[in-house]
Amino acid sequence: MRLKLALAQINTRLGVVSANLETHLDYINQARGADLVVFPELSLTGYVLQDLVPTVVARPSADDPTFKPLLEASKKVDLIVGFTEVDPRHRFFNSAAYLSKGDVVHVHRKVYLPTYGMFDEGRYWAWGDAIRAFDTRFGRMGILICEDFWHASPPYLLWLDGADLLIFISASPGRGISSDEALGSARWVEHVCQAYASLFTDFVAYAGRTGFEDGLTFWGGAAVYDPNGELIAKGPYFDEALTVVDVDLDELHRARARLPLLRDERTAMVQRELNRILQANQRGVNGRD
Amino acid sequence: MAEINLNINATVARRILTGFIRSEVTRVGLQRAVLGVSGGVDSALCCFLAAEALGPENVLALRLPYKNSSPDSLTHAQLVIDATGVQTKTIDITPMVDPFFEAIPDMDRIRQGNVMARARMITWYDQSAAFKGLVLGTSNKSEILLGYTTLYGDSASALNPNGDLYKTQLRQLARAVGVPSVIVDKVPSADLWVGQTSEGELGFTYEEVDKLLYLLVDRRYTAEECIGAGFKRDFVAGVIERVRRYHFKRTLPLVAKLSNRTVGYDFLYLRDWGT
Repeated sequence: MRLKLALAQINTRLGVVSANLETHLDYINQARGADLVVFPELSLTGYVLQDLVPTVVARPSADDPTFKPLLEASKKVDLIVGFTEVDPRHRFFNSAAYLSKGDVVHVHRKVYLPTYGMFDEGRYWAWGDAIRAFDTRFGRMGILICEDFWHASPPYLLWLDGADLLIFISASPGRGISSDEALGSARWVEHVCQAYASLFTDFVAYAGRTGFEDGLTFWGGAAVYDPNGELIAKGPYFDEALTVVDVDLDELHRARARLPLLRDERTAMVQRELNRILQANQRGVNGRD
Repeated sequence: MAEINLNINATVARRILTGFIRSEVTRVGLQRAVLGVSGGVDSALCCFLAAEALGPENVLALRLPYKNSSPDSLTHAQLVIDATGVQTKTIDITPMVDPFFEAIPDMDRIRQGNVMARARMITWYDQSAAFKGLVLGTSNKSEILLGYTTLYGDSASALNPNGDLYKTQLRQLARAVGVPSVIVDKVPSADLWVGQTSEGELGFTYEEVDKLLYLLVDRRYTAEECIGAGFKRDFVAGVIERVRRYHFKRTLPLVAKLSNRTVGYDFLYLRDWGT
């Protein structure tokens, strides 16, 4: 089976959902012929929202004015979009939704909200409390949002939950200039995406955004790695772009025949040891809580 | 002394900084920028970047000499203007500041220098309104951290492409974008009085202090760790104190909180809000 995957590396207007929705519909139109179009983190709102968070919310349902046209568009092509979700009790989440055939297939709420250094997400958003893979017409996938995949456990959980295609989306501010041709933030993301693809014999697709918010530069750099850890598509740094790649999903079969890491993963042992470690931690044996 | 590498990839820095200027000028509905070009490397780099980002016809370079400014300043500023092809005006600030100095006769040269820096700032902003452009700042990261600026003088701007480049990194980028070497290599000076040099006033060279600032700020070294890396104890203590003492120059004026929602504390939006 093949999947024509399009990574939409867009710029956004900060806090102007209607303008960003137009950009989405434009890119979806440009991506005609693709099976799945992936937009970056908070693609419908912009990233450093601060006090704008409560004013840019959406609910992933057909009666929501932002999701209505997106669900309509999803009848022709599957979509992943980033948005600020509000739940019935008025909590706000940094979320991503998978839309297909007019339905909401899955919503991931960002679990790890970076709140250190230049980041202040925990001040504005509630954290998600689930890591779940989900079925699509192209196989089982998992979505993580930026800091979620800076932690090792969410990709691992998705792998065990059956995800063969890991979709990572970001709004990553560029930082760490050196003599290298890539920024430190870009190199880090590329290292870990390639590592997860290699360690899990999974496809890993990364979609970042571009543009500026005040002095922050978003560096783009869409990338797709195959289950051998090979880079099979790369978007430009900094420029808006639509990176389209025809993914041969049968490579999963060949890679796992060569390297049966998934077959050999001792999940029962992981569970046993994890229980032991966490129980020991609760007793203070390991010196942490 | 441990090896401290401050080299940057000039292509990446140039791409980000020209994109930054273009984005932040155009998103407020303008096309143009104004800056003071002093003949020094900081404003030279900024002028080259602005000309590349916006087109030279959309950049106004202001030469604002005082009667005792170094003639080299004007000549070197002209080199930048010729090399970039930007628009230019030369306005003598002597008739603005001399009556001020006559009205307040006991001013020392530091106070006079601050008045001159602020007279230039008034001129940038006035010309920016006439030219319909934003004012570009040219202070570098070394100066900003050390507080070696005149508050509301050379520190004032709408956006500052230079502000995250240490002086030594800025020189590297200036060379890469084509700033003439006579400007890159000359002794840094604010040229506020005859014979003034930045390094003479600060008491150390940018080469030395940039490495120390890099360890303290970028690498989060403690004072003891910097001493362990080979810096002299007095130098480390002096620089740390200078960074602390001049922090007020890096913040907006303090507002006393009275209400439930106060600008600066819990009324938080980026400047790019809605754009």
